[in-house]
Amino acid sequence: MSNFPFLSVLTVAPLVGALVVALLPRSRPDLAKLVAFGWSLLVLVLSVVMWFAFSTGGDRFQFRESYPWIPNWGVNFTFEVDGIALVMLMLIAILVPLVILASWHDAEASKRSVPAYFALLLVLECTMIGVFAAADVFLFYVFFEVMLVPMYFLIGSYGGHQRQYAAVKFFLYSLVGGLFMLAAVIGLWVVGGKTFDWQTLSQAEFATDTARWLFLGFFVAFAIKAPFFPFHTWLPDAGGAAPAGAAALLVGVLDKVGTFGILRYCLPLFPEASRWFAPWALALGVIGIIYAALLAVGQNDLKRLVSYTSIAHFGFIGVGIFAFTTQAGTGAVLYMLNHGLATGLLFLVVGMLIARRGSALISDFGGAGKLVPVLAGVLFFAGLASLALPGTAPFVSEFLVLIGTFTVNKPVAVIATLGIILAAAYVLWMVQRTTQGTLNPALTEVEGMRRDLTLREKVVVAPLIALIVLLGFYPKPVTDVINPAVQATMQDVGKSDPAPEVGSVQEAAK
Amino acid sequence: MTELKLPSIDYAALAPILIMLGAALLGVLVEAFVPRRLRNVVQLGLALVAMLAAIVMVILNADDRLITVGGAIAIDGPTLFLQGAILVLAVMALLLVGERTVERGGAFVAHAAVTAESAEDRRQAEGVGGATEVYPLMSFAIGGMLIFVAANDLLTMFIALEVFSLPLYLLCALARRRRLLSQEAALKYFMLGAYASAFFLFGVALIYGFTSGIPGRGAGVDFATVHAAVTESPSSPVLLFAGMALLAIGLLFKAAAAPFHVWTPDVYQGAPTPITGFMAACTKVAAFGALLRVFHVAFAGASWDFTPVLGAIAVLTMLVGAVLAVTQTDIKRLLAYSSIANAGYLLVGVLAPSREGLSGTMFYLAAYGFSVLAAFAVVTLVRDADGEATHLSRWAGLGRRSPFFAAIFTFILLAFAGIPLTSGFTSKFAVFGPALEANQAWLVIAGVLTSMVLAFPYLRVVVMMWLSEPGESTPTVTVPGALTSAALVIGVLATLVLGVVPGPLLDLTTGAAEFVR
Repeated sequence: MSNFPFLSVLTVAPLVGALVVALLPRSRPDLAKLVAFGWSLLVLVLSVVMWFAFSTGGDRFQFRESYPWIPNWGVNFTFEVDGIALVMLMLIAILVPLVILASWHDAEASKRSVPAYFALLLVLECTMIGVFAAADVFLFYVFFEVMLVPMYFLIGSYGGHQRQYAAVKFFLYSLVGGLFMLAAVIGLWVVGGKTFDWQTLSQAEFATDTARWLFLGFFVAFAIKAPFFPFHTWLPDAGGAAPAGAAALLVGVLDKVGTFGILRYCLPLFPEASRWFAPWALALGVIGIIYAALLAVGQNDLKRLVSYTSIAHFGFIGVGIFAFTTQAGTGAVLYMLNHGLATGLLFLVVGMLIARRGSALISDFGGAGKLVPVLAGVLFFAGLASLALPGTAPFVSEFLVLIGTFTVNKPVAVIATLGIILAAAYVLWMVQRTTQGTLNPALTEVEGMRRDLTLREKVVVAPLIALIVLLGFYPKPVTDVINPAVQATMQDVGKSDPAPEVGSVQEAAK
Repeated sequence: MTELKLPSIDYAALAPILIMLGAALLGVLVEAFVPRRLRNVVQLGLALVAMLAAIVMVILNADDRLITVGGAIAIDGPTLFLQGAILVLAVMALLLVGERTVERGGAFVAHAAVTAESAEDRRQAEGVGGATEVYPLMSFAIGGMLIFVAANDLLTMFIALEVFSLPLYLLCALARRRRLLSQEAALKYFMLGAYASAFFLFGVALIYGFTSGIPGRGAGVDFATVHAAVTESPSSPVLLFAGMALLAIGLLFKAAAAPFHVWTPDVYQGAPTPITGFMAACTKVAAFGALLRVFHVAFAGASWDFTPVLGAIAVLTMLVGAVLAVTQTDIKRLLAYSSIANAGYLLVGVLAPSREGLSGTMFYLAAYGFSVLAAFAVVTLVRDADGEATHLSRWAGLGRRSPFFAAIFTFILLAFAGIPLTSGFTSKFAVFGPALEANQAWLVIAGVLTSMVLAFPYLRVVVMMWLSEPGESTPTVTVPGALTSAALVIGVLATLVLGVVPGPLLDLTTGAAEFVR
């Protein structure tokens, strides 16, 4: 079974689906939706098969495929995944069908072509899968850049208030990062012996200065993508303007490309530079945690608030990566998955709420729980997951990051812990102002607010809730996949976990 | 009395040049003897057949590596590749020039001598068949370009420069609409072009003076002599530097590099759009072909001296093109500034003195030519009652009115912005890689930074087309005739194919990337 070319099929399949959907006549929107949904389910099934075909105790990289592309430059279509990428692929495969289902009526609101919306979603899925499956730096770069185009049109054509501004800002920020990376990619190619193969490059040695510059080129691109403070300003705009489904993918998956890129490219290719820059990266992470959480507290727009929360979460992921311990690293990767599930859920639920009210402003709500109790309950759950309540999946990852960091860098861990308190503040306050308290009389006059979750919406949120709870109590299947890959990455960086200090524990016991 | 020895001439190797110049002369006769109603078809057919025949001859000569006509012409890899590129791009431009269905009578004025804005002028604007002199003029220009990239001495190069420039000046003045703008553009181009030619000629004279200093060898302006002089001459290099600078000014003017670019936006805007496309594609190939030959063959020994200066010019060109493109409100001017910035990227390739650098530059030239011609082909289609609607505000909402053409134009703009899977990305990679290898990291960084700036105007057009609502004044896209469609299809396909599978063309350019001396 492991000989099946999973990765290339997974990459190409959504693209084919997109073409099929795009060619459907504009007058048959329902058919387009069904085809798109069916197609994404097909991709999900294939991904599940691949998940089980991946042998957890086996090689770090599996399912390698390589086909020549531009022999003159040594570019190949090389695909392979390690545990980290596999987890991300699963996240994409799970989220896309749910997003398609959740945005069933989104495109109709915009007067634009409905099939085109779903075709764009599938194109986006193709590029997202490609970016995580690529093991050729050039190929990775191609997917990294092309990914912008469908997202740009999703935000720009189907988004809400200020969509043009948000779409252009998103595109330009990402493109700027991408071009820095292009310079670094070309540099890597020149000093790395004119090859783009990840395996070969990760064995190569570079001069210290060169490696630091190249690291910086990649890091800036990934930091903009993730986004880390101070490169984050595009995300609230893009997240606020994008249709809820696209926003869930943007924050849930697209942004993970940044942190994934750091783990896959920055650390193993430039270990010395990574260690050298680590204090700076940790500082950015910690600032991001506190600063974005404070801004989130002050937001009055639901989607912007969720965007800021996720910038804070990316701070945690960044801290986890640059702490250079297996625990923190595993926590960071697990966080990438859990954040995708939790924030994805939060975005989708918020989207449902906004679609009913016709407004994203928190002040337009108030006591909504009395009208739509189930929806309010789901929002509450999503909020709790997002603030990492024990028993939900994000708790496991946040905890791993913090203890993994604490062993090597106490101040950072302590400051980051403040972020948990702030998270409680912004989530609970948001929930309180929208669904609790006295009922806003204006709400009763809105037709949509009298309708609680429909069956379709329940189908959207149920799997995410189930996964968040399941992984909250039993993360082992995922950590088993992630752990070896993270360990190997930490070895590449040349950091080993600190030995437990038995002596001090005994001292304390006395 | 010494006997006059005639140099041997390899007519087969010169065939493409001779075919184009022959076709141009025939075209003049056609103007005189063929009845008016048949002229357009005959001229178009003649020019097309000549270009195709020239392409066939270039392919047949593909393995030639020789110097002929007493050292005046070098037929080698770069010559043949660039000649092929010029001819293929010229065929595309010819298809646009020959289009007569988009606008009744074509894009060219019927009688260039009629006073602009007069009653007679308005009558002829209403659909009298356009002037057919454009075909022989174009053939002359192409013939000149073919010599320009093959010239192996500076004097031949100068003559070729004039042969292809003079018809271009005329062609610029022949727009059917907005004739004053067109004539102004032509005059401006002519005046500044004449200056540039004078600079070039003066440079040739100084270089001649410099070469007279080599012991045991006569003075001359052929590249072998200049090369020998640069490496061996004991005389002071003042003449060399002055000559090199003047030559470079002449060439960089044609290449539209800053600070010699000021004519570009006005001329690109005023000239009939098919001619603008022709200039943006073919003139650029010819100018850079000559730059490559002059700096890689004749002055290779002085590369330490000219690299910093040309590098500074490259950075300036990229900056000027990118920054000024941001402020443009006219699509043709925007494309003009984009073409200036692209001249900067091409200069980065010229400054990578390796086989890969040469190959990458040639790849860039061909790839850019296809995209830019396709871009101008779309510009010819977006029109209202007054001709082309080139003001950007008029393009708002075009994506709703004509999604197909807006999608094509978006694709081309993404290519210009260097998004992967388009030729714009592969060609940037092709020049930046060798430049980095040649330790010109600063040029690559400047290139990357200006690409960011340049992405903004492109994106603005995309936003205009797709994300704005169509207004009252949004024109529709005219259904293109067969000729424009063909040009458009070639351009867009080439942009896509060179972006997805650049391998074959790269093989070709790498194989061709060696000059003969």
